[in-house]
Amino acid sequence: MSAWEDAGARLAAGTATLLSLWGEPARAHVALLDGAEIVHLALDCADGTFPSLGRVHPPALRLERAARDLYGLAPVGLPDARPWLDHGETPTAYPFLPVEGERLHQIPVGPVHAGIIEPGHFRFTCDGETVVRLEERLGYVHRGVEALMRGADILSAARLAGRISGDSTVAYAYGFAQAVERALGLSPPPRAVWLRALMAELERLANHLGDVGAICNDASFGLMQAHCAILRERVLRASAVAFSHRLMMDCVVPGGTACDLSAIGADALRALIAELHRRFPPLVTLYDATASLQDRTVGTGVVRPDLARRFAAGGYVGRASGRDFDARRTPGYAPYDALALTVPVLSEGDVNARVWVRIREIEASLALVDGILARLPPGPVRAEPPPGTGEGMALVEGFRGDIFVWLRVADGCIAHCHVRDPSWFQWPLLEAAIEGNIVADFPLCNKSFNCSYAGHDL
Amino acid sequence: MRRTLLQGLLHRPLTEAAPRAEETAAVELAHALNTAAQRKLGRSLSIREIDAGSCNGCELEIHALNNAFYDLERFGLRFVASPRHADVLLVTGPVTQNMREALERTVRATPDPKWVVAVGACARDGGVFARSPACLGGVASVMPVDLVIHGCPPTPIDLLRGLLTLFAPGAAGRAQSS
Repeated sequence: MSAWEDAGARLAAGTATLLSLWGEPARAHVALLDGAEIVHLALDCADGTFPSLGRVHPPALRLERAARDLYGLAPVGLPDARPWLDHGETPTAYPFLPVEGERLHQIPVGPVHAGIIEPGHFRFTCDGETVVRLEERLGYVHRGVEALMRGADILSAARLAGRISGDSTVAYAYGFAQAVERALGLSPPPRAVWLRALMAELERLANHLGDVGAICNDASFGLMQAHCAILRERVLRASAVAFSHRLMMDCVVPGGTACDLSAIGADALRALIAELHRRFPPLVTLYDATASLQDRTVGTGVVRPDLARRFAAGGYVGRASGRDFDARRTPGYAPYDALALTVPVLSEGDVNARVWVRIREIEASLALVDGILARLPPGPVRAEPPPGTGEGMALVEGFRGDIFVWLRVADGCIAHCHVRDPSWFQWPLLEAAIEGNIVADFPLCNKSFNCSYAGHDL
Repeated sequence: MRRTLLQGLLHRPLTEAAPRAEETAAVELAHALNTAAQRKLGRSLSIREIDAGSCNGCELEIHALNNAFYDLERFGLRFVASPRHADVLLVTGPVTQNMREALERTVRATPDPKWVVAVGACARDGGVFARSPACLGGVASVMPVDLVIHGCPPTPIDLLRGLLTLFAPGAAGRAQSS
């Protein structure tokens, strides 16, 4: 058995975790997590074919469909031969899976949705109010990120990486920078290592605060949304004072960070933490004590723990369904090894569990920001990337889950770069979570996942 | 819950003062705005947001317009769920090939008179995605644009300034109808 097929067997048996599967011209790649170690396999496919791993391990299906769309590679034995990211000339001609049965009706939703959200199509098949099956069709925001990366100089590519999914701009820039640094054997200065983690935690805080409010809003509890939106805005304003950009775009760069934290910035962050410590606990009590809200979130949109494990669902989606995984801990990276990191895990797998994991992560991030500010080492924040050639990988924990980056640098330019958003393994679980729920609960379930369309569509 | 509501009554509002529409370094009028449309629609506009390939950074800041600090509705501006209810189309992203048809259909579903506002560096000219074959490169490559709001992403204040330009007096010119 070849190493490639052996990888498939191990994934199917559950003894290794799929991190990503991707292509480049005439070559297929797979990355696995084996214990705490990332294993990367590349398979030359001169004839343009490779043995499908999706055949034995369904989480690889969409990744293989994407590799075929982007690089013309043919996964042999792929059970789903439909295109994925490439919508072709007639996008409306996509063959959805057939659904048969009496009394069933379908509701097509999107790509343009009713709210201020990203585009994607959802095809609901329902029996009365109950969803029998949801099929997603994504790819509407495919911008050709990997193609644009090829040949780009390192700084332009870093800017691009920061615009793969705007809500995770720090996490993407962080992962990209780590991968470049490993490819070139570059160590960023200690202060930059700590500043990056600081930015990543601020990003996590902003997103979790916004989403806890938005989830409650989708259960028609606008009060929570109003208060959480204020706290989110406070985080963004403090971030702008500290790092000159509300979302901290382009602040993490290969070799370190683009800006340093001034005393004024550090004070703004300390004031922010104090404010959040004061304002957030009453909101947690409000969530916990509002029976009409709990009525909507408890038992809704359940992700079974075995599915979360099989799909290696990252972030709060996995952790609310018993998957005790956090890239900051495994494989782990500095400075988190020197910080007290709490990773909340629940097993119920419903909307309520995902809300609670996020609440606990907000509390954990507040402690981390506190710890980082107290121990921030002095010194420079940036080292110039040396010219060189090499390959590098990184796995970083964004607010949504683990982001995987693999790239090859050649003479100061990106020869190839692949990034895998956590959403790749969460979107399929949303299809499973909504089954048997009522249509009206879909926005609630969807928001509790808050998968990225842009990060997935590339 | 009662305590939270009560405290809300006792606090001073967090809402920022309205920015002046003339301070528009972050804004670019692609065409003079149609005064006939301005007269017809008055100072109450319904906005339909369309993501045509954005990284979702612009969406985050557009969302922020609804928070207590920016409180968009005090200006008579509100987001609506359907293009059929909209006067303004707020378009983000470099317009991907895969979103082209959906964008065009949404615009066709919006009754005249209407204004098209391109939000952010990508919607303006494709931004960092400008040379991608998967993108068309900015909203203007698909349809006439009335107003461009700069920024990557524009801050909520940039967005407010831009949107208030729609009410600016004396901007006479071309009508936009499809």
